Amino acid sequence: MNIVVCIKQVPDTTEIKINPATGTLIRDGVPSIINPDDKAGLELALRMKDLHDAHVTVITMGPPQADNALREALAMGVDDAIHLTDRKFAGADTLATSHALAGALRNLTFDLIITGRQAIDGDTAQVGPQIAEHLDIAQVSYLRKLDYDGKRTFTIERSIEDGYEILETEAPCLVTVLSDAFQARYMTVKGIMEAYAKEVKVWGFNEIEVKEEDLGLKGSPTKVHKAFSRGVKAAGELYELDTDEAVGTIISKLKEKFII
Amino acid sequence: MNFHLTKEQALFEQMIRSFAEKEVKPLAAEVDEQERFPEETVAKMARVGLLGIPVPSELGGAGGNNVMYAQAVEELSVACATTGVIVSAHTSLCIAPILESGTPEQKKKYIPRLASGEWLGAFGLTEPNAGTDASAQQTTAVEDGDNFIINGSKIFITNAEYAHVYIIFAMTDKSQGVKGITAFIIEKGTPGFSFGKKEKKMGIRGSATSELIFENCVIPRENMLGKVGKGFGIAMKTLDGGRIGIAAQALGIAQGALNETVKYIKERKQFGKPLSAFQNTQFQIADMQTRISAARMLVRSAAFKKDQGEKFSADAAMAKLYAAEVAMEVASKAIQLHGGYGYTREYPVERMLRDAKITEIYEGTSEVQKMVIAANLLK
Repeated sequence: MNIVVCIKQVPDTTEIKINPATGTLIRDGVPSIINPDDKAGLELALRMKDLHDAHVTVITMGPPQADNALREALAMGVDDAIHLTDRKFAGADTLATSHALAGALRNLTFDLIITGRQAIDGDTAQVGPQIAEHLDIAQVSYLRKLDYDGKRTFTIERSIEDGYEILETEAPCLVTVLSDAFQARYMTVKGIMEAYAKEVKVWGFNEIEVKEEDLGLKGSPTKVHKAFSRGVKAAGELYELDTDEAVGTIISKLKEKFII
Repeated sequence: MNFHLTKEQALFEQMIRSFAEKEVKPLAAEVDEQERFPEETVAKMARVGLLGIPVPSELGGAGGNNVMYAQAVEELSVACATTGVIVSAHTSLCIAPILESGTPEQKKKYIPRLASGEWLGAFGLTEPNAGTDASAQQTTAVEDGDNFIINGSKIFITNAEYAHVYIIFAMTDKSQGVKGITAFIIEKGTPGFSFGKKEKKMGIRGSATSELIFENCVIPRENMLGKVGKGFGIAMKTLDGGRIGIAAQALGIAQGALNETVKYIKERKQFGKPLSAFQNTQFQIADMQTRISAARMLVRSAAFKKDQGEKFSADAAMAKLYAAEVAMEVASKAIQLHGGYGYTREYPVERMLRDAKITEIYEGTSEVQKMVIAANLLK
């Protein structure tokens, strides 16, 4: 089985600070990470590799520094990496991005395409479904569990607001994955040592099957009306305790922060 | 001159920080409080390859280098110094001497299982009457045909009963002094090899530290490490490398204490403003950071020289001497800046000071490091 995972390198928004004067994001010094939903997608693919000996290819579209994200995926255990980068791709919205990715995917053999549900820097959840439309294959979004019969059939649990649906579909198909569904494995030390010895294929416009007018700014119908920042909250801590313990914990936390 | 990490080392830094933060830090207070060896963490470290970092891939290791090994011990020790020393003793004191002095058969038998973490390693040189004066070994190994019969005991042995393979030193010829010491590889379960008292320690309390007892323990000649009478040299060379690990551990403790302090002083308010707004506080953390950065340079440079195959003995001694001093100073200042809260076990800085003290003592006291550094100047 061949699996292709589409990932995006994003700024770690938990580390981002807001400039109080201008209300804009301060991106300087903010580390870049693999988008969390996409990282869960990598984990799903690697589990399929462990269980079904799948061949896993990772692909990203982005500037030269996105190479780091691909090396991280290689160090986690994926087999091949492709980097889509070209000035013609610059300024792409979700539609132009999905055209470029679909163009690259047409060059590849795949039974399953995995994308994250959405990226933490854009939150659109559009690229995965658009790729499936361009390639005219089945898509299942918000996947939280995947079973494979070893032949053609996938049985999928898909999260919905108040529960989940169980769907069955045949290869080839595209799924979008939720970050909390699959706890991503760590890179291994050996994987890290080998990650830079492996070849990352770099593809530009000439290497993929796509119309130039569908790419970059030209192919991007989205117009940003206004950008604003939501209040940023630190990640909370979750405790599962009985009432007595919970009260004690809350009190000690409040004391720790000198609130009481 | 290049002060940057390589691409691999930079990627490794990302991985080890995340691992230490998510897998090691949450257990640090518990393993200290309960004096519990964190077996579950050792299993996790084995899975990602942290127990065989500088081991060649053909022997089942990760194929990394000593700079990465130092990064690993540092970052683990930022979270938990107990976890740092488990990796350091295993890698520097057990794997390294077998890699350096072992026969091809010994390497094939032991290294893959140690590097994969299936087996944990340990090292026994210290005895009740042979501490800094390691040449005063009283454990004996008497030749008996194709075997050696070992009698005696070793104390303060890190990884203790959790290890499977031990590098043990014993006198094969007392009349020869240090030239009468021979090294052996001894496996747990060998008849005549047992464990004595478990130490109750001030710091690194999750690390297992016990006495090893040998009573007519029969070791086949094929388990001799190096040649007869060459054990002391193996021990000294091993400790040179080990000092990089302990220096990295001390550095990690200092960095951990600074991290906790920076977090605390931004939150804690007195006289209507956060502690971080007071210039005295700022000067303190500036000093702490400067010393930590200097210690890191020494640690990385010693590890780099070892990777290049250059002499690094004095470099490792300077790194350990200085990093241990910095760990003590920074952890102590961290408690001072935390005030009364810092003295309680609600906050991790009191543990860090207790953990820091051992770095001035084990694998050569600070005084021994000065002897090594001075001897290197005066030769």
